[in-house]
Amino acid sequence: MSALGHTSQRRPNRLLAFLGRAFARPSFVIGFAIIACSILLALCPQVFAPYDPLAFDMTAIQQPPSLAHPFGTDNFGRDVLSRVIWAYRVDMQMALLATIFALTIGVTAGAFVGYYGGIADTIFGRCVDAIITFPFLVLVIAIVAVLGPGLVNMYIAITMVNWVYYARLTRAEIMTQKANDYAAAGRVLGFSDRRIIFRHLLPNAISPVIVYWMTDMALAILLGSSLGYLGLGAQPPAAEWGVLISEGRNFLLTAWWMSLMPGVAIVLTGLGFSLLGDALADLLRAKGR
Amino acid sequence: MNMLTMEPAKPLLSIRDLTMRFEKPRSLSDAIARRPRQVVSALNGVDLDVMAAETLGIVGESGCGKSTLARCIAGLHQPSGGDILFEGESVVGLKGPKRRAYNKRVQMMFQDPYTSLNPRMTVRDTLREAISVHRMREGAAIERRIDELLDLVRLPEGAADKYPHEFSGGQRQRIGIARALSLEPICLVADELVSALDVSVQAQVVNLLLELQDNLGLTVLFVAHDLRLVRHVSHRVAVIYLGAIVEVGPSEALFSRPRHPYSQALLAAAPSLDPADRKRAPALSGELPSPLDIPPGCPFHVRCPHAAERCRIEKPALRPVGAGMAACHFAETISAV
Amino acid sequence: MSEPRQHTVLELRYLRTEFGSRERPLIAVDDVSFSVKAGEILGLVGESGSGKSITLRSILGIVRPRGRVGGEILWKGRDLAALDEAALRKVRGREIAMIFQEPMSSLNPLLTVGLQISENLATHTDLDARARKTKAVELLEMVGIPAARNRLGDYPHEFSGGMRQRVMIAIALASNPQLLLADEPTTALDVTIQDQILRLIQSLSRDLGMAVILVTHDMGVVAQTCDRVAVMYGGRLCELGTTTQVIGDARHPYALGLLRSIPRDVAPRTPLYSIPGAPPSLSALPPGCAFTARCPVAGLECGDVRPPLAAVGQHHQVACHRRAEALAHFRQHEAAS
Repeated sequence: MSALGHTSQRRPNRLLAFLGRAFARPSFVIGFAIIACSILLALCPQVFAPYDPLAFDMTAIQQPPSLAHPFGTDNFGRDVLSRVIWAYRVDMQMALLATIFALTIGVTAGAFVGYYGGIADTIFGRCVDAIITFPFLVLVIAIVAVLGPGLVNMYIAITMVNWVYYARLTRAEIMTQKANDYAAAGRVLGFSDRRIIFRHLLPNAISPVIVYWMTDMALAILLGSSLGYLGLGAQPPAAEWGVLISEGRNFLLTAWWMSLMPGVAIVLTGLGFSLLGDALADLLRAKGR
Repeated sequence: MNMLTMEPAKPLLSIRDLTMRFEKPRSLSDAIARRPRQVVSALNGVDLDVMAAETLGIVGESGCGKSTLARCIAGLHQPSGGDILFEGESVVGLKGPKRRAYNKRVQMMFQDPYTSLNPRMTVRDTLREAISVHRMREGAAIERRIDELLDLVRLPEGAADKYPHEFSGGQRQRIGIARALSLEPICLVADELVSALDVSVQAQVVNLLLELQDNLGLTVLFVAHDLRLVRHVSHRVAVIYLGAIVEVGPSEALFSRPRHPYSQALLAAAPSLDPADRKRAPALSGELPSPLDIPPGCPFHVRCPHAAERCRIEKPALRPVGAGMAACHFAETISAV
Repeated sequence: MSEPRQHTVLELRYLRTEFGSRERPLIAVDDVSFSVKAGEILGLVGESGSGKSITLRSILGIVRPRGRVGGEILWKGRDLAALDEAALRKVRGREIAMIFQEPMSSLNPLLTVGLQISENLATHTDLDARARKTKAVELLEMVGIPAARNRLGDYPHEFSGGMRQRVMIAIALASNPQLLLADEPTTALDVTIQDQILRLIQSLSRDLGMAVILVTHDMGVVAQTCDRVAVMYGGRLCELGTTTQVIGDARHPYALGLLRSIPRDVAPRTPLYSIPGAPPSLSALPPGCAFTARCPVAGLECGDVRPPLAAVGQHHQVACHRRAEALAHFRQHEAAS
């Protein structure tokens, strides 16, 4: 049908227009470039890493940065650049896996609680208060301590705490959207609650959640590397920025590059997510009007 | 004269002693001090019949409960007491398929053109969703029906694939009408349909509503605060004050000779377009009492110029006066003045 | 009228307010000239985007710095358009006061009403604290707040909408202004309360000899309150005259159409006259008359040549190329219905 063809033509136009406006912003361009490169490094580190990240080279222990080893070598003669690049795989995975489950659970819970309100909302509120009164890191460490160290347990621990923040944000947004008459119209039109929540309210409520997700991924990397540094997350000899910094901490004065280079990687990636989040916040806000 | 003998036809909608109370959330300090929960009485026993194919205007000031009444009828609020009968059957508390079936017959149109449409859906998406959820049409017939509906509400060619923000306020209200009509209802509840629109655009939408009603034989509940418009579109009008009907009657009779002192004051306060009949003193002094604390007796007695001792004690019932009904102990003597 | 000729307090000459870039400005107010006399209420009517509110705000310079104001705003021999911010601030609130549609947004929610009035008195008068309190009570009584003395310590949220608007007026009156700018002061209120506030503004203007510019979209409010009316469309003045002239004998096709679209003296449920289309966007105005696209009698020259304001009677001016055609068109329409 020509009419149907019409619809499918308009959609990409809208997306293209959005991307056009996005790439007109320097913060979006820089953030996007950093994150795109990070994803590329995470997907195929073997292409970019000059050495094997785990290969000892006893002839080149703690070499300062040079042409052969741009980021220097560590106390086992491993190439720091290669280890930092291989660590992208773990750390980008952390950014995604430590947040995506929290996002899914939190958004779903927040949407239902925000829409129905009532007693569920009261119980939810108490749970949120209970979780939020604990310092985030302390709570995560406590959970990891119970479950035992390791990446998977770290994801579980972070998700158990983090979903609350997504749920709280989504709940507030859904409640704002619910007050709009299009939600009432949906009810009068006889739509099911699930349809109203997921097809009508959520698409209008999700923008701030997406923005928060971007910053949260930066925080997840920080948190993951902190736990790695403490020995509760990724385990040596795996290359992970927190682990790398931890390995270099005894040699800060003699081999500063061992800790500094992974630190720079953390800062850069965090900056990328933050820039992207900021740009998206502006873009999505402008579009709403 | 009795309404029942005059109009033997059965009403399409009967509202019987409808009450609606909203409990205000109690603060912790109130709970500790054992203060009772505050209750907003939005509707206090509304009795109203809506005849098939008529336009019933519902007028009143903000906070009088007219929107609450509209939303109860559309099934958006669950009334605290009383009953709503549609074609003789109660429709209070319907769920699932029964509720869908009811809403297929009774649709609602909203006041705010800026929030009543989902900003992320094109007009086509909005209409298609309503049509397909209720299986009004199948397959290619859906697209044909969408074109038909847009034609019906006079939206320009190509409107279907635009988003709400690309339309003016008047056009958005037309989309709202098309959405309501997509289920082919027999009764429309219009809650302040045109009050958010510019005056020059209001007439367009009102004309459209009148025309659609005549062509499709619709029953319309026209809830509004603009008395001139209500008078123009309604066959009958109900005046509502503090959640109760104080007067109901044929439009012309009510507007030319209001029986209840509140109706009289409301009409007198509406600014006349004739600069020659200017008045110096306001038509009604005082303000609407809080719905948290409705006065005993006649709820209007605190503002009524004719209030007597009886009004402070005894709540007047809605009873036949003249061509309609009024809830005032002294309706006959007052309207004679 | 037999009253002595009052003097002009404010005169606008070719007022022009624009926003946006200098290369492609959005002209919100274009070439608007009118004057107000002491003790007179001038109505400024138009729909959304007509520039009526911006005109009002331009007088006090509160559209700056985003808006650029051109032309002359003559106030007591000074040109307000040429004053800098510091000099303007002395005029604002003291000689010229302003009230808004939503009083809650212009009252400070954290200060008591008494404090807000006395603050204004302290800035604009040299009364001592005790005299200020007496004056504050006096002002609240003047605007009709019952038990004024007891309400000085109340916060804005403890007043109802109508009472808040009265408080706003009391604060505005504290400095004894010679001109009151009222921006849709009753739009958010119910008819009975609107009626009270309008009567109040009317009596204050009469008793204090204060000039008032009342921005509204409601022709009924104009008919009941104003001495003269200026009708705006698309940022331009299209008709100016006494209330009786403009409402009883409008000549501009927009004013004629607007008045015809309000239901009065028409058979119930017949189609209302409606102006086609929607209010224009400021970015797409034709070089000629702004109403061309919606005008039933527009000719070839209308879109290209700006019609000047031409006198059609004493004090009555209209900006239209085709006045004769417009009058004939609407007479014919009237005869037909």
